[in-house]
Amino acid sequence: MIIKCPHCGPREASEYTYVGDAKVIRPDHEDNDKDKWNDYVFMRCNPRGKHSEYWQHTSGCRAFLNVIRDTVSHKISNVILAGPWKIEAKK
Amino acid sequence: MNRYSVFSLIKNALSGHKNWKRAWRAPEPKSHYDVIIIGGGGHGLATAYYLAKEHGIRRVAVLEKGGLGSGNIGRNTTIVRSNYMLPANTKFYEHSMKLWEGLSKDLNYNMMFSQRGIINLAHTPSQMDAFSRRGNAMLIEGVDAELLTTKEISRRVPGLYTGKNTRFPIVGGLCQPRAGTARHDAVAWGYARGADNYGVDIIENCEVIGFIKDGDRVTGVKTTRGEISAPKVGISVAGNTSPVMKLAGVNKMPIEAHVLQAFVTEPLKPLINTVVTWGAGHLYISQSDKGGLVFGGDLDGYNSYAQRGNLPIFEHVAAAAVTMFPNLSRLKLLRNWGGIMDMSMDGSPIICKGPLPGLYLNAGWCYGGFKATPAAGWCFAYTIAKDEPHNLNAAFTLDRFYNGRELDEGGAGPYPAHQ
Repeated sequence: MIIKCPHCGPREASEYTYVGDAKVIRPDHEDNDKDKWNDYVFMRCNPRGKHSEYWQHTSGCRAFLNVIRDTVSHKISNVILAGPWKIEAKK
Repeated sequence: MNRYSVFSLIKNALSGHKNWKRAWRAPEPKSHYDVIIIGGGGHGLATAYYLAKEHGIRRVAVLEKGGLGSGNIGRNTTIVRSNYMLPANTKFYEHSMKLWEGLSKDLNYNMMFSQRGIINLAHTPSQMDAFSRRGNAMLIEGVDAELLTTKEISRRVPGLYTGKNTRFPIVGGLCQPRAGTARHDAVAWGYARGADNYGVDIIENCEVIGFIKDGDRVTGVKTTRGEISAPKVGISVAGNTSPVMKLAGVNKMPIEAHVLQAFVTEPLKPLINTVVTWGAGHLYISQSDKGGLVFGGDLDGYNSYAQRGNLPIFEHVAAAAVTMFPNLSRLKLLRNWGGIMDMSMDGSPIICKGPLPGLYLNAGWCYGGFKATPAAGWCFAYTIAKDEPHNLNAAFTLDRFYNGRELDEGGAGPYPAHQ
């Protein structure tokens, strides 16, 4: 697998560390709702098909990326910088 | 059922092996059963077998999307062991081990179950301490375990490098002598033949495409071969648990699907007569009866439903194998495959009623599904027949995550990629 980092360009997957499902939402620190925390810590949609996930470019720029990858074909359709920047990888 | 014996072998040899009967029927699906099992792999077939044998429930259908045993029962490294530490796991896997020990005779089918032992290598004194703790936990539960010195390991596994001139020298190990390997395909075939003999319908090429529900209650399934109703539907689909649960309207599970690769080398003369696991990384290796070295290691580490992996793990696992056995460095790999693991959030399985009425779930086997096949089938059959879990699977609930009763054998936390 090759992931196109918005900063560094196309790099081999072994340069990156998989972080996990990007759709889970961490509840507020003050939030006591057990269901929300259970959803965040344990429950996953685990789709067969397109999956929005975080990878960190640990052996490169160390940025966190939001990658859209198909879990059946391993094809990556989009990579953006995670966070408020929304910088896309050059197609 | 035609019993297999030396006499049937001689009789069929005399007629040129042309008159063997097929081992199980290929029935058309009926419109109603007492129990439907989704998934015709090792676990599903074992469940059907024990439902019929132990509980007298014979109007059972096993629905398989593809061919019988075409999933993870044929995509593993065939290792059977019960060297766990948490009591719930130890008791369960030891029950499985005892079933393995009588399985060939019970099913009248040769599982080629070979109790050649497993040796877990330790590379630091603290790892040896952890192993002696685990070994003692096993002994307390009545499982066999012995601590080995490096000298003893070197005697038992001659090809293994036990010298000091390496990054992770071996300082000892933990052995379970009753562990071993079994012929994986024979497990599926043996259970299929046994279940079919009790009247269970094994229906291949029959994919479940939806569930029939009455309110929340599951009352049957829609398949590519028509609708089938049953008051009890069991799901035993390994890596496809999440997609199948979605069909039933359950959108989130404490499970992620990950790919695990395994490898076979070209055949060699006898080299390794036990199973060896590396403790400084993750590698398990054994030699098949055909002579090929069968080995595997870590997950690829990202969600995947592809039954193939990527090259970095290939290199990583091969490097670990050559570190252990330097004489393998020029061997060629013959085959490599990937299986989809239903990684639960604590590394332990789920065998329970629910989460919907009429539905029963056997999932979350991570990479331990093969050795669990007999006990998983046995406990899942009990749970379906009695509508309550057996003591052996009482801890394997789906709501244990919510209730803070995880069984985290590895102490890795809720990170499937690190289990």
